[in-house]
This record gives sequence, structure tokens and C-alpha cells, in this order.
Amino acid sequence: MSKNPNAPAGTFHPVSAPDFLPLPQLRALQLQRLKQIVERAYERVALFRQRMKERDLTPEDVTRLEDISKLPFTVKTDLRDTYPFGLFASPMQEIVRLHASSGTTGKPIVVAYTREDVQVWTNVMVRSFAACGLHEGDIIQNAYGYGLFTGGLGAHYGAEALGATVIPISGGNTQRQLMVMKDFGTTAICCTPSYFLHLIDQAEEEGIRLKQLPLRAGVFGAEPWTESMRRRIEADSGIKAYDIYGLSEIVGPGVAMECECQAGPHIFEDYFYPEIVDPKTGKPLPDGEEGELVLTTLGKQAMPMIRYRTRDITALASDTCDCGRTLRRIKRISRRSDDMFIIRGVNVYPSQVETALLKVEGALPHYQIVLTRERDLDVMEVQVEVTPEVFGDTVGALEQLQQKLSRSIESTVGVRANVRLVQPRTLQRSEGKAKRVIDQRKL
Amino acid sequence: MKVKQLSLFLENKPGALSHPIKLLAKAGFNLLTLSLADTQQFGILRLVVRDWQKAKKRLESAGFVVKVTDLVALEVADEPGGLARVLACLEKAGVNVEYMYGFTLKHEGKGLLAFRFDDPDQAIAALQRKGMKPVSSAELFKRLED
Repeated sequence: MSKNPNAPAGTFHPVSAPDFLPLPQLRALQLQRLKQIVERAYERVALFRQRMKERDLTPEDVTRLEDISKLPFTVKTDLRDTYPFGLFASPMQEIVRLHASSGTTGKPIVVAYTREDVQVWTNVMVRSFAACGLHEGDIIQNAYGYGLFTGGLGAHYGAEALGATVIPISGGNTQRQLMVMKDFGTTAICCTPSYFLHLIDQAEEEGIRLKQLPLRAGVFGAEPWTESMRRRIEADSGIKAYDIYGLSEIVGPGVAMECECQAGPHIFEDYFYPEIVDPKTGKPLPDGEEGELVLTTLGKQAMPMIRYRTRDITALASDTCDCGRTLRRIKRISRRSDDMFIIRGVNVYPSQVETALLKVEGALPHYQIVLTRERDLDVMEVQVEVTPEVFGDTVGALEQLQQKLSRSIESTVGVRANVRLVQPRTLQRSEGKAKRVIDQRKL
Repeated sequence: MKVKQLSLFLENKPGALSHPIKLLAKAGFNLLTLSLADTQQFGILRLVVRDWQKAKKRLESAGFVVKVTDLVALEVADEPGGLARVLACLEKAGVNVEYMYGFTLKHEGKGLLAFRFDDPDQAIAALQRKGMKPVSSAELFKRLED
């Protein structure tokens, strides 16, 4: 494949060639892979076969890409119900890696990779890094957690395969992060955007001027964030902040990644086929319309996911990006279809509460929203973990913090909330997407 | 001249206080003094221990938020007007007392109080000008061990 003439100079990596495939070629590749994966899942995954049979479908019914909309959805509870290995399409001898996402209700979900799957994952991560202008010679500080969470190892393999130098520092230990960043000359960092905001604050406290360091790019993901967070990060640290999207059910990080145009993450469509559906009816929606993102893995052997409901609300942008990539982009994910709740007639998304907390604290604390009903009146309580950064030693300082948080939520969300400060590590957490809302109302 | 104090954030619920206290007991820390400020929802446990760095680490690794602040330990004559004289001196210097609490030990007819000032250094200077000498950490620990 030849280099795309539209690609900006310096950003092209040989592995990125599929990013620039002409659309007819890309669609043909997708169809070919879709047929293969449907066949594989049909042959090897009992649940999928059963659902296909219920609909009188066989893999032969997929002859065009549009036929995908006939296929049954896969939902998160399917992964729980078949815990741990029920959706695997490969024998354990062929599986080289297991990851798991921490469950907020009971058992985690387990995902598997064959050697080939790990290569695919590495490939999309290399393309992710290349898309935001990183290359051989870059020093990438990988502050995603290493372990069962897919973030750490996913970014690690990709950065190494890119030819960059990886610092596998994992998450946490802010002072060490800053020391390494400064002493090793880190040029790019991978972490959650809220953690980077925390690093910015800590650097300032320690008199480290991020703007004078070689650091120039941040690959931020694993939690929803906002354009205002991006502006703040870029203004305060002098780096470019890029949005990476992924979920372990599909592969981990590297499902979609922003290019240097920062116009929303490009989905690596040759491996992950995107659809947008109406979250209520499941009906497919055209590009540009907002709905739930549904993804089908086109190249995953160990655990094919057919039409997986991500619960992320977004829209697909199919207009040509200035970078020349033919891959469609997802709009910033502002909310999740299962997270919205209605309180006193107002639609509330946890991301709004997040914005409000962020405004006061600078970094996003761990929080949880608890909804109760007291004498026919809905009450929203936001439990916020106290962090060392905001803990003042006097009652007055804490009460002030409580009031500020409460006012900020009311002005952002439009509903009054009781803020309860709680001890650290008392709220359930996950390194991916946490369950933020607990609805105890008996309606 | 200043004494290090550890402040812990606690939720106001059964067992919240005993958890850190048990933890410190197990690790062999002796509490020189402590106080508890509380509201309906949360509390702040403030305490003074000899090896505060270690105690802080121990508490933090158990998940507590710990803040280190400077206290001034001051001997106050155990007689009517003892405290009033000290406060008058501070008031004149414009130092604000955020809170105070006592130590259990008494020394040569004087009680010992722990003060938290908005500006500890200014407070110390004002007290010293009036001939009142704060008790240093070293002296404090020595007395406790006598």
C-alpha cells in the first residue's frame, strides 16, 4: 500500500496504511472479515448460535455489510452470565492472555486473546500512537495501570512496537511520575485525563514547570472527559491532549484514537465495525445521528463480539478528516445510555456531576451518586471521597468544600444535591468505567 | 518550637474512630494527646505522636487522608487567669486561635495546652516577647518519658 498523499508530513507510519484505505476497499475488507467472524462465532459460541437459530439465521445470511443489522446484539450481561469463559471461541491452548474488568456488581467480566489477537491489538495501538504524531525516539510514560485492566499492557505493547521507548511506570505515585517525567525526558504520557490534571496541580506545587519539559502529547482515555478538560490540560501543561477510546469487551484501548486534527477519535474500522442504534429500539441510525455505539470485532479470534452494545452515546462523523484518514470518527462521548437518571423531572447524566466536581476540585475525585426517595421526594446525594489535596484541617474548611461542591452541582445540573464527604477508598472503583449511580428509589 | 500534629478525616459513623486508634495501637504508637472535632456527617481526629512520619505512613497506607499541621505547645499556669493572659498576648499580636486542646500531663504546677494558630510563627514570636516559652517537641517527649 502506498503512502496517502493527503497525510500530513511526518505522521505516517507504515502500519497506519489501513487508516487511509479508499472507502470501497475498506468496505470490501470489512465485509470479508465480518463473514469470517460471524461464521467463527456461529460455529464456536453456543450463545450466539442459539440466538441466530432463534432468528432463523445462518452465517450465509450475511452477504452485504448492511446485513449486520439482522444479527443479534451482545450485551454486557451476556459476559456476566457466561462467566468466566462461556463466550470464548478458542480452546485455552490457543489463548495467550486473559484480562478482566472489575465488576461493579459481583463478578468481573473476563476477556481473552490469542497470539493473533494480541498482534491485532498491538497493531491498532501502534496506529493510535502514530495518529497523534508519536514515533520512534519518543519516550512514552505509560501511567495506565498494569494488571488485569487492559490499559497498561495494551498501551505498552503498542508503544514498544511503535519503536518508542516505554517507561512502564503504571498508575499512581504522583511524585515519582513527575520525577521520572523530568529526569527521563518523557515526551508523551498515557493516563486518564483526570489523573493528568492531578499531575499538573502536583507539578505546580513542586515547582516543576511542565511547559519547559520535553513532554508534548498526552494519550488520555479510560474515562469520559470534556472539551473544557482538554482546554485546561493544554493551557496549563503546554501539551496536546488526545482522546483514545476503547473498552475491554472489544479489545481494550485502541478501538479509536484521535489524529493530530483532534476532531474526535477515528475508529479502526478494519477491525472494529461501528454502528449507531437507537438505545431504546435498537434500530440502526444513519451517520451523524446520535445514539448508542454498537461495535463488532472483525478480527478477534478468542472472543468475537458481534454487535456489542457499548452503552456509550455518540454519533459517527463520516465527513473527511483533514488528516486524510478514511476511518469514521466518533463524537466525544458525553454520556452513557444506562447512566442517565431522572430526578424531580430533570434528566441528569453523571458526566454533568463530574464537570461540577471538577470545577471545584481541579481533579476528579472518586464519587458516587445515590438516589433515594424520602416522603415522595427524590433526593440526590453525591458522595465524594476526600483527597489529601482538598482536606483542610478544620471543620470550617471541610464545610466550605461541601458547600462549594453542592453549589457547583446545583448550578451545573439544575438540581439540588446533598454532598456527603466520605473517607478515601470507601467507594467502589474500577480502572475503566465505574458504576456511578445507585438508584435506591422504589418507584 | 512547633509540634507536628496529624489530622485525619473520619466519617461520622460507628467504628470510624476505633479503626485508626486500633491501627496505631497495633503498630505501637503512643498517643500523647488527641482531640476530635465533629459535625453530623464527618469528624476530624487530631493527634500527636512521637514518630509522626511513621504514623502518617501507616495511616495513609490504610487509606486515611492525613494532613500534617504545626501546633504550638504552651505551658499555662494552673490558676485563675492563666489562660486569659496567654490569650491576651495573642490577641494583641493579631494571631487567630483556630482551635486548642489539652495535654494530660502537668508540669511544675502548669498545665499544657496545644494550640493551632493561623500563623504559628507569629504566635511564637509574640509569646516569646512576653516571656512565654512554647514547649518544643524534644522537651515534650522527654517529659512524657520521665
